[in-house]
Amino acid sequence: MLAIRVIPCLDIDEGRVVKGVKFKELKDAGDPVELARRYDDQGADEITFLDIGASYKSRDILIETLKRVSRAIFIPLTVGGGLRDLQDMKKVLDAGADKVAICTRAIQEPDLISRAARAFGSQCIVVSIDAKRHGNSWHAYTHGGRNDSGIDAVQWAEQATMAGAGEILLNSIDMDGTNQGYDLELTRLVSTMVSVPVIASGGAGRLEQIAEAVIKGKADAVLLASLLHYRRLTIEEIKSYLEKRGVVVRW
Amino acid sequence: MIGIIDYGAGNLGSVLKAFSSIGAGCRVLQKAEKTDTLKRLVLPGVGAFCCCIDNLKSNGFDEMVFDWLRRGRPYLGICLGMQVLFEGSEESPAAKGFGIFRGKAIRFCQNKVPQMGWNRVKRAGWSKLMYDIADNSFFYFLHAYYVPLPGSGTATGISDYGVEYTSVIEKDNICAVQFHPEKSGRTGLRMLKNWVDLC
Repeated sequence: MLAIRVIPCLDIDEGRVVKGVKFKELKDAGDPVELARRYDDQGADEITFLDIGASYKSRDILIETLKRVSRAIFIPLTVGGGLRDLQDMKKVLDAGADKVAICTRAIQEPDLISRAARAFGSQCIVVSIDAKRHGNSWHAYTHGGRNDSGIDAVQWAEQATMAGAGEILLNSIDMDGTNQGYDLELTRLVSTMVSVPVIASGGAGRLEQIAEAVIKGKADAVLLASLLHYRRLTIEEIKSYLEKRGVVVRW
Repeated sequence: MIGIIDYGAGNLGSVLKAFSSIGAGCRVLQKAEKTDTLKRLVLPGVGAFCCCIDNLKSNGFDEMVFDWLRRGRPYLGICLGMQVLFEGSEESPAAKGFGIFRGKAIRFCQNKVPQMGWNRVKRAGWSKLMYDIADNSFFYFLHAYYVPLPGSGTATGISDYGVEYTSVIEKDNICAVQFHPEKSGRTGLRMLKNWVDLC
């Protein structure tokens, strides 16, 4: 039985960790290597870096950061943000990433998913979906949640998986940074639809909500940012609580 | 000196960094060479069974590894590096493994495939690799094919993913694990250190 993964997400801009609310209002939240170390000590099962700056300068700094992190920490590392082609992916994989996450580019060029899966293996390719509710369905957004692609997010998850995505990182734009809880309906729909692991993201504020994402939302992993960065909860507290609710966690 | 075979496996860099972090000297081998200066051999692995075998052959590694194994010298196989010790794999029926252990790898048909994440390893006998590591500790797995229990016989660690399978196997100095110790946090580093210290 696999343990449910607790994954801290570090949004990186020019070498610093930042955190926004509803994808806006960025605040400085610390040094990536220092934070990654702290989360590893607390028992993080994996760490995700999202380069939200995604300028060339920001990317170069991220590569250096990754090299430092991967020499110090021996758990899986995922990197996303502005990866445009196989070459960009190879660069971060060579620097120490185990998986790459693509969002906007995957929607613009769905063929990139299958090419990346062939080049690096499906296990390496995470398709990140920024979903926002439109009535009874959700649309997948691009460009850090700014543009509506008009594509149905649930169908997109299925299509991406068929193309070779090894994992879906599902972000709710509506809930991001609100501490109001995950979008359980969306998480559950996608989790039961696709045959690959689903990481729930966006909205965690309390322990109960994290457990709900797993128990009700059927998520295989939870991604957390502000809750951890501002030390409102530790990974140990989260895992202890999940365990009390009958969820298998790694110690 | 540890020789780590480079046949294009994606986890080579992580394996190298993990050994460095525990202070073990290692060298990447790009093609087969005389093994006199090497004390240990590591075959890392991510990818398809037949690609692994083909790549080993094209660089002359197949004979070098087979000879190494035949002489019972310290070997550590990781993931696919474990599966190639068996007779073959359902993944690539035409490709033959080294046949050090009986049995072949077959595909998971339960749960989500590949298995990707942290799973427990249950002790199944005396183990050098798991020395001083708590029973049922978690390790990081990433694989679609597994080696079933009855064929292996010498499994010293067992995991369960809807079906119980071989996750650690040891025969004297020939050791192999299905999981990725280089990505299994401190427990994984401890296992690597055990291999270096005890085999």
